[in-house]
Amino acid sequence: MNAWMILRLALRALVKNKVRTALTMLGILIGIASVIAMVALGQGASRMVEDQINAMGRNIVMVLPGAASSGGFSWGSGSIQTLTPDDAAAIAKEVPTVAATAPVVRVRGVRQVVAGSQNWVPDNAMGTNTDFPQVRDWPLDEGTFFSEQDVRYATKVCVIGATISQNLFQGASPLGQTVRIKNMPFKVVGLLTRKGTNAIGQDQDDTLLVPWTTAKRVLEGSTFNNVSQILLSVDTAGHIPAAMAEVTALLHQRHRIRPGEADDFRLMSMTEMASATAETSKVMSILLLVTACISLLVGGIGIMNIMLVSVVERTREIGVRMAMGARGRDILAQFLAESVALSLAAGVLGMLLGASASWGIQHFLQWPTQLSLGAVAVSLLFSCGIGVFFGMYPAVRASRLDPIEALRHE
Amino acid sequence: MTPLIRLEGISKTYHLGEVDIRPLQEVTLEIAAGEVVSITGASGSGKTTLMNILGCMDRPSEGSYRLEGREVAHLSPDERARLRNQVFGFVFQSFNLLSRTSALENVELPLMYWRSLPGAERHALALEALRRVGLADRVDHHPNQLSGGQQQRVAIARALVTRPKILLADEPTGNLDSRSEKEIMDLFGQLHAEGITVILVTHNPEIAAVAAHRIRLKDGRVQEDVR
Ligand SMILES: Nc1ncnc2c1ncn2[C@@H]1O[C@H](COP(=O)(O)OP(=O)(O)OP(=O)(O)O)[C@@H](O)[C@H]1O
Ligand SMILES: [Mg+2]
Repeated sequence: MNAWMILRLALRALVKNKVRTALTMLGILIGIASVIAMVALGQGASRMVEDQINAMGRNIVMVLPGAASSGGFSWGSGSIQTLTPDDAAAIAKEVPTVAATAPVVRVRGVRQVVAGSQNWVPDNAMGTNTDFPQVRDWPLDEGTFFSEQDVRYATKVCVIGATISQNLFQGASPLGQTVRIKNMPFKVVGLLTRKGTNAIGQDQDDTLLVPWTTAKRVLEGSTFNNVSQILLSVDTAGHIPAAMAEVTALLHQRHRIRPGEADDFRLMSMTEMASATAETSKVMSILLLVTACISLLVGGIGIMNIMLVSVVERTREIGVRMAMGARGRDILAQFLAESVALSLAAGVLGMLLGASASWGIQHFLQWPTQLSLGAVAVSLLFSCGIGVFFGMYPAVRASRLDPIEALRHE
Repeated sequence: MTPLIRLEGISKTYHLGEVDIRPLQEVTLEIAAGEVVSITGASGSGKTTLMNILGCMDRPSEGSYRLEGREVAHLSPDERARLRNQVFGFVFQSFNLLSRTSALENVELPLMYWRSLPGAERHALALEALRRVGLADRVDHHPNQLSGGQQQRVAIARALVTRPKILLADEPTGNLDSRSEKEIMDLFGQLHAEGITVILVTHNPEIAAVAAHRIRLKDGRVQEDVR
């Protein structure tokens, strides 16, 4: 028998028992489909984080107040507020590889921004300095950024993101318009270019920027100079570790931290965040792989079970074939082809289901997904392997039958 | 000259719990190439058991079976499969056709295990064999759509399709009316004329009488062996 005949025989046997074939395939089908969909989701998410980190700028280092913690990063909500704009200025001055620094003050309690009859609650209201566009590599679409003068005198000016502009001015230019924040009039001097949504689903264009002095003195009514974080942009990625060491030394000196004492700040680079993300997605992938293996194992056992039943049911057929000259290996090939065809068909259908599921997730839930060729190839290989592995025992049993005994089987 | 088939002291024993059943005991016989052999005997006398051993379907418990001088007991399962496929044509008493499979495909079955035979040729050979048994108009019928006699003829066509050296037929005309019976016997006559060794089990004394070599079994032993 040649391969083509064996395949045709296998397919015919599977078609003869349609319902049974379909039910047996279900286990593998669901297993493969979930692998494909989950991998697509995972890859979509990590690519998005990657894009985001790239958009933020790979050369960015964040200085956060508070002691270094082991529980990942938080966006500058340390309990002790020890960083000041003077630290930022000192870093820019003393560390030659740091191109620019921007202190960031998160303004809490901005309930709404009002323009005429429109009002809007921005997601993100920050006070910063004039280097912010350079550090974040975030140019203006229209107008100008606020000036050193504005920072010095805590002027009531602001720069807004595209979402705020759209919601307050409906496409009209916001430049020169007055908006009211905490019931105080602010002049809009600039409009930021559109950045889109970030990795954790925040709309970055829903951002309001004011001079940090305005944020502290005017909006918060505070006389302190503490900031939520300082962003540094290092001139090239290669200089990041050296720059971080220098910044640490400088801050030790400025904050009078003696060797052995706990730091009152911590540094985090985007590359570190990228590798943290990579780490997370690695753990995710391993979990997915384990889940997939379990579901495929269950599916494989289902195939083995059905093939054993099928061998018993078709004992007479096996006897007839052997009587007509089929060798053990011909029978083995026949049953193995059947289990492989079964699991491979289930794998292909599972792939299609997984691909359409991830398309659906992307389309209806707006979650990013990315189909991976690797996952597809591995799934196909895997389903083939399952067919061979779990089909082997029933096929061997079939091939070892004695012709006469098989023919006598009732 | 070595005979085509030589059995010496062949016994078959089944152990059913405490009791031993011995359908064949000390069977010794010779069959020459090109002979027509009839095997007769009462029901249960061991005819089918003997045929199964002759056709390399079953192995004897004791004794020696030489095919063209070669001891069959020493052959591997694969070699015996090759013999069943290429040397013997076997018509089972109970047909043993594949259900839910057309007559044509049933007849093609032994050819499936020939290496490198193109599908078209396989079809042609199977059609020719079905024509020889008078079933050219039933090629697409499944066994359950055929009468007992027609099924028997499909089984005969399947045994003939490989042009075997030895045709083993276990009551090949048991389900046939006298006219079809005569047609099949004529066919066997032709095969004999083509040089094929024909060994057939029958209850019909007329058919047995046609054979030049007649073997009679009784309770698993050779009672009569005349040429
Ligand atoms: N697998 C088996 N297990 C136990 N006994 C068996 C087995 N096969 C055959 N026998 C016994 O061997 C004896 C001979 O059986 P066999 O089929 O050879 O008879 P037969 O001559 O072909 O009869 P019939 O004319 O009815 O076909 C019977 O008594 C039967 O019960
Ligand atoms: Mg019998």
